Amino acid sequence: MADIKSSQWRYNMLGYAFSGISLGSVLLLAALGLAITYGLLGVINMAHGEMLMIGAYASYVVQNLFRSWWPGAFDAYLLAALPVAFAVTFVIGMALERLIIRHLYGRPLETLLATWGISLMLIQAVRMLFGAQNVEVANPSWLSGGWEITPALTLPYNRLAIIAFVAGVLVLTWLLLNKTRLGLFVRAVTQNRRMADSVGVPTGKVDMLAFGLGSGIAGLGGVALSQIGNVGPELGQGYIVDSFMVVVLGGVGQLAGTVTGAMGLGIVNKILEPSLGAVLGKILILGFIILFIQKRPQGLFALKGRVLD
Amino acid sequence: MQTALSLRLATRLGPQPLKLAGGAALAVLLAMPALHLWTDPASSLHVSAYTLTLVGKILCYAIVALAMDLVWGYTGLLSLGHGLFFALGGYGMGMYLMRAIGHDGNYQSDLPDFMVFLDWKTLPWFWQGSEHLAWALCLAVGVPGLLALVFGWLAFRSRIKGVYFSIMTQALTYAAMLLFFRNETGFGGNNGFTDFKRILGYGIAAPGTRATLFLLTVLLLVAALAAGFWLVNSKFGRILTAIRDAESRLMFCGYNPLYYKLFIWVASAMLCGLAGALYVPQVGIINPGEMSPANSIEIAIWVAVGGRGSLIGPVLGAGFINAAKSWFTVAFPEYWLFFLGGLFIATTLFLPRGLLGLLRRHKEKA
Repeated sequence: MADIKSSQWRYNMLGYAFSGISLGSVLLLAALGLAITYGLLGVINMAHGEMLMIGAYASYVVQNLFRSWWPGAFDAYLLAALPVAFAVTFVIGMALERLIIRHLYGRPLETLLATWGISLMLIQAVRMLFGAQNVEVANPSWLSGGWEITPALTLPYNRLAIIAFVAGVLVLTWLLLNKTRLGLFVRAVTQNRRMADSVGVPTGKVDMLAFGLGSGIAGLGGVALSQIGNVGPELGQGYIVDSFMVVVLGGVGQLAGTVTGAMGLGIVNKILEPSLGAVLGKILILGFIILFIQKRPQGLFALKGRVLD
Repeated sequence: MQTALSLRLATRLGPQPLKLAGGAALAVLLAMPALHLWTDPASSLHVSAYTLTLVGKILCYAIVALAMDLVWGYTGLLSLGHGLFFALGGYGMGMYLMRAIGHDGNYQSDLPDFMVFLDWKTLPWFWQGSEHLAWALCLAVGVPGLLALVFGWLAFRSRIKGVYFSIMTQALTYAAMLLFFRNETGFGGNNGFTDFKRILGYGIAAPGTRATLFLLTVLLLVAALAAGFWLVNSKFGRILTAIRDAESRLMFCGYNPLYYKLFIWVASAMLCGLAGALYVPQVGIINPGEMSPANSIEIAIWVAVGGRGSLIGPVLGAGFINAAKSWFTVAFPEYWLFFLGGLFIATTLFLPRGLLGLLRRHKEKA
């Protein structure tokens, strides 16, 4: 009897850990781009959630194209949706930076409001183009079903795929930030904009590309989200507060912070959920974050520096 | 010094035509309840209940905008959670109004209908005393104040500011919204409070009650404006402005910004609570939707459009945007969000000092 109980407990724990990591990886996709642009420009992009939404709608459009023109290869639509979603959000992100955010440098609070305005317009535009209702995005056959470990514990393939996908995106981002010239520039500007500028880093171009990159990662996140949840115009709004909390918790400027923040939030959320309910769990986490930044206002992984605001 | 102060006062109060316009607006506002009560509904001078309620609602928003301006325009703290304080004030008042329904609800019970629906037998402890209007008003002011005090103390003590502060306040109102959406929290869940019958024995929809509530709102707005003018032109107000412009320097001068920020933050939250308490009986409903982050950000744009760092600006901004909203949502509901979003962008890009800044620049050129 005790044996059965303990094995059940172990499977339960495994289940929580899995759903926690799964939630954490979704949060990570949503927050990664945000952390990069916040670290670089010091501005919060309130339209970041809408990049997730646009990514999800991009996979909806690609799905429909495949369905009507190339039904034989329907299962491959998701792979085609990735570059499309990235390209669309990359371009939108760069356009936003060029047209609006660039003109508000040094005024982070105004940037916040302006990007909120952008997000309102994007939501309404999508609503008028695709309707206010949720749209249906089907799982390709290789993502439906799950890996049954015991009858009580099944790991769905789509969640497993997302975790693998997030790991892939993370590795690519790390390579980009640490092994390329652009990444070097991004890190340089994050650490000290004026010094980077004076040694010849084209900060304007770096800002634009990094903003596009952050938006593009969110677009990829949107493709992933389209596989596990509803796709509607308000998709991004649900993630925006959580992804900010990841950034606050993890600090900016280092990928490790964002990863720890996202996984920590995801797992704690899922551990608290069964006993407290989703809402009280969330509130408890928020309270914890408020207390946490008492101790470490810069987040878990702070960049060391001597800059006084 | 004396001349400088009066000069500053003059610029704060705005140019002469603006002062005249303000007086005229006040006269019109004071006349509206009288026109509602004592004119023939058929006459062209009559103010309908709809108009009175709409304007009363906008005046409540104007008070919130004013409170927001004190913390954002003057002290530089952009709060994205002021909708929470407003809604909490509304809930405080709503508790009294729910109790005042008495046995006239659908279930003819002592308890508010939603509690009967949840099969609760007794009032939760935090509802005790809410049958008295005075206590409900204490709650409407005290609860937002207390929440602001705790949150503000924690935030300001660790010198959280800028966008960090903004997103923490946003998370705060978001969490509160989730909490109030739950039925078990004890505030009516999704539906919130509605179907009010009476206030202090007077029918809630009676013309006399409407007119009185409207008048009270006008008075609160005027009192808040007066107190605001006094505050921002005092020495205290200068320190607030100094916190906004150069907090580190202020600290090197030996001031501790913590208590200055905390005072204005709590005062602003309490003012929002009062505005919420006046809003609910006029509009007749309060639900957790008021706490949504989108609502709170909208408050910021009222202030920005009107012109922050001036007290009249936010009042004008709240009036302008909400009037535009009631027109748009009837005439072109689809384009309202485009208009609002465009306003956010255009104001931040082209009108950093808002509409009032435009007027002032015009005057400076002339």
